[in-house]
Amino acid sequence: MPNINDILIMLPEFFLVTAACILLLADAFMKPAERVYLHWLSIGVLVVTGYLVLRYQPEGAVTAFNGMFIRDGLGAVLKLFAILSTILVFIYGRPYMVDRKLFVGEFYTLMLFAVIGVMLLVSAGNLVMIYLGLELLTLSSYALVALNRDSSLSSEAAIKYFVLGALSSGMLLYGMSMVYGATGALGLAQLHEAIPHSAMPHLLVFGLVFMVIGVAFKLGVAPFHMWIPDVYEGSPTAVTTFIGSASKLAAFGMAFRLLATGMGDFAQHWQIMLAALAVASLAIGNIVAIVQSNLKRLLAYSTISHMGYLLLGLVNAGPEGYSAAMFYAVSYALMSTAAFGVILALSRAGFECDNIDDFKGLNQRAPWMAFLMMLALFSLAGVPPMFGFYAKLLVLQAAIHAGMLWLAIVGAVFAIIGLYYYLRVVKVMYFDKPEAGTEVRLQSDFTLRLVLSLNALVLLGLGLYWGPLLNWCKQAFVG
Amino acid sequence: MFNHLLSLLIWLPIVGAVPVLLAGSGRPNAARWIALLMAILTFAISLFLIPQYNPDVAGMQLVESHLWIDALNVHYSLGVDGISVALILLTTFVGILVIVGAWEVIQDKPHQYMAAMLVLEGLMIGVFCATDALLFYAFFEAMLIPMFILIGIWGGPRRVYATLKFFIYTFFGSIFMLIGLIYLYLKAGSWDLHTLSTLPLSLTEQSWLFFAFLIAFAVKVPMVPVHTWLPDAHVEAPTGGSVVLAAVMLKIGGYGFLRFSLPIVPDASHQFAWVVILLSLIAVVYIGYVALVQEDMKKLVAYSSVAHMGFVTLGVFIAFMLVRDQGNTDAARLGLQGAMVQMISHGFVSGAMFSCIGVMYDRLHTRLIKDYGGVINVMPWFGFFYVLFAMANCGLPGTSGFVGEFMVILSSFSANPWIAFVAAFTLIIGAAYTLYLVKRVLWGEVTNPHVAEMKDINGREWFVLGAFAAAVLVLGVWPAPLTHLMDSSVNQLVQVLANHKV
Repeated sequence: MPNINDILIMLPEFFLVTAACILLLADAFMKPAERVYLHWLSIGVLVVTGYLVLRYQPEGAVTAFNGMFIRDGLGAVLKLFAILSTILVFIYGRPYMVDRKLFVGEFYTLMLFAVIGVMLLVSAGNLVMIYLGLELLTLSSYALVALNRDSSLSSEAAIKYFVLGALSSGMLLYGMSMVYGATGALGLAQLHEAIPHSAMPHLLVFGLVFMVIGVAFKLGVAPFHMWIPDVYEGSPTAVTTFIGSASKLAAFGMAFRLLATGMGDFAQHWQIMLAALAVASLAIGNIVAIVQSNLKRLLAYSTISHMGYLLLGLVNAGPEGYSAAMFYAVSYALMSTAAFGVILALSRAGFECDNIDDFKGLNQRAPWMAFLMMLALFSLAGVPPMFGFYAKLLVLQAAIHAGMLWLAIVGAVFAIIGLYYYLRVVKVMYFDKPEAGTEVRLQSDFTLRLVLSLNALVLLGLGLYWGPLLNWCKQAFVG
Repeated sequence: MFNHLLSLLIWLPIVGAVPVLLAGSGRPNAARWIALLMAILTFAISLFLIPQYNPDVAGMQLVESHLWIDALNVHYSLGVDGISVALILLTTFVGILVIVGAWEVIQDKPHQYMAAMLVLEGLMIGVFCATDALLFYAFFEAMLIPMFILIGIWGGPRRVYATLKFFIYTFFGSIFMLIGLIYLYLKAGSWDLHTLSTLPLSLTEQSWLFFAFLIAFAVKVPMVPVHTWLPDAHVEAPTGGSVVLAAVMLKIGGYGFLRFSLPIVPDASHQFAWVVILLSLIAVVYIGYVALVQEDMKKLVAYSSVAHMGFVTLGVFIAFMLVRDQGNTDAARLGLQGAMVQMISHGFVSGAMFSCIGVMYDRLHTRLIKDYGGVINVMPWFGFFYVLFAMANCGLPGTSGFVGEFMVILSSFSANPWIAFVAAFTLIIGAAYTLYLVKRVLWGEVTNPHVAEMKDINGREWFVLGAFAAAVLVLGVWPAPLTHLMDSSVNQLVQVLANHKV
């Protein structure tokens, strides 16, 4: 029987579920003109959830519902940043959704349910819970991608996402069933204990391979990255921002729970798999990005390469590497919200502003937006003093410390190649003349401009002083 | 104030760029005046370094150290020795001149230009002050961003190609240094340069680290064969960009060798000194010949920069041969001194040469030598300065160009007369390409009717060229203050060279 303690531990999740259901109902009775209240209510709900996550944060890790749910530092960091990026998506996305007549209640409720999925996933203490959180997140995401149902691009992206997502979930489940068969344990803690005594280590490795594939699909690392470019390009940009930020945090959380919490003693097996995936992602992400002409697709390939860097931290398979990878996931979430935020701020009804050529001469027309985009791009490229550099520094350090100097060198070489396509966008914004006959009209939403400016300036600010965030990430893995 | 003198020097221009940007394109004159004020203030504050720095004491002075990131033991630690002080003064001096030089020349978005220049100045000062490896790296890389923008927006027709090449080349070089630094950090648990210099390392480790550092700094200096970005960047950069690039940025490569390669990997540096010496000699002789055939004035001066910087690397690494193989510390000191003087002198001379070319370019909008001829007839004052700088460029005694080259040649003679013999070729080749340039541009009849319409330099240009000329002459006639400033630091470096780490 669940007792009151269990419920208190899961209070943020319970609150969000309740609030999301109430908002779903409220939306049914709202007139379209009143929908703006839904917008602010959703943000308010997320703020309160974030507060609850922080407020009753226990020392160390506590579990609820017989180990199904773990509440610890790792979960707190990931949840907070996932909530933060969702709030940013709401703020940046509102004018965009209004312009496209997509400013509907479903957007908000689906988004909130996806956030619940993220929160359950990163706190999962059981294989079943991982699957549950994952499905909640991805099912909401499929619908969000297809929100603009009259657009064939959007529908194609949603179908692709759905089919490949279902396939990967199947792989994950298959792997889980093998592991269950070999150990008889579903709880991650029990699994961790059972692995050294398992009578069927080969079956375990077999299951592990499928679980790694499932994780790789969710992270979007090569060669399981096929869905990323199409989904990024086809989704409404606001949804892309969500998939590029909160979803990545969730995927990292899932990778950590499955591989480190559950199969930590099997590290020597998955380390090498992750290393191979990292190299493939770095290569494909960075090289293919060079030839893109659509900025959203370019950022999609950039995500693939960034997830490769994140794996560099995970292959360390120690607290140092996990904290580096988490730092990387957080930094990537902030960078991608900033970059997509600029795209959202520049798009308007009937104009997506997602071609690189649309940014030609932006410095002459909207110098502040060009500056913010430049901050985001240099951060993504990993040029100091931007935040992104220090994230790269930490994962490279983690890889070297794990004795994988070669992997760090591969990462370094691809950072040079990656630099080129970020510089190309800066070049278009700063060095090219604006095309005659085109115009730039900024979204006039004041909140958007203010928050976007803060978002991009934080990339610089955290680049100058990133110690506290790193300490926070490190604390999550102590003990 | 003196406790935070270095921080003030770094952050004043960077923060000062904000009001310049805020002045906006609507008030270009306000932007210019604020920028000038900031540059003059920075220069004035940097002058306080002279009384505050005690040249008789070796080691870092005016030290500031705060824990920056405790998890990684990174410190925000600054400090200067004689070499840094000289380079900082050079930076702040050039900082004023490039702002004055760009005054009415830059009409397109002058506020952004001035702001980028100020940020660049602050970051370069940061490089010369940082005594923490990660802090150094951050400044070292951050510097690329304003320069990238400067060349890309205000550059010539092939500016995009040039600036991308510049950025990627330099980034390529330094990322391997980053891997090396991380390796060192994991081994020593600290990023402090002094701690790293006392860290024992096997020869294999040192060799790998040596090449990681070499690629980073060789690109920056630049050395043959990774010099090819420089002519492109110089040719396409606006005048101010070229001046900063030649006068200060290239020095950061030479400075990096002194701060990283020499103290941290002395044994590998000794073992591979021949590689650097060979490349330096190739730069001096071969690149000299390449300069001879250039048809673009800026390209010619750019190649001559590569040749002159060859003397810097030659002076630094010849010291290894002298100390380790012959125990001749006096000659080693002379070589290092020469390399330092050459860095400062080349800062003034190349900056002046690029400013001169800028003056001509503003009038005729061409940099091709064949479009000129007989300029002295219409611009006598300009001709005076141009000839003076040309003389300094080919190392005429009495100008600063002579002092450094002479010292390096002298010290390499002690190491191996043949090295001195090859290096001394520069006296002939340097004179050849410089005088040939002067002959074609200044002397002769005015053949191009546009040249006949050129006006002599105005007061602003007079100020810029006059300041450079004064520096070149003072340093050439009376280098003692400069050598005295760096004396104890150079002595300390010579001791470091002798320390075996394995």
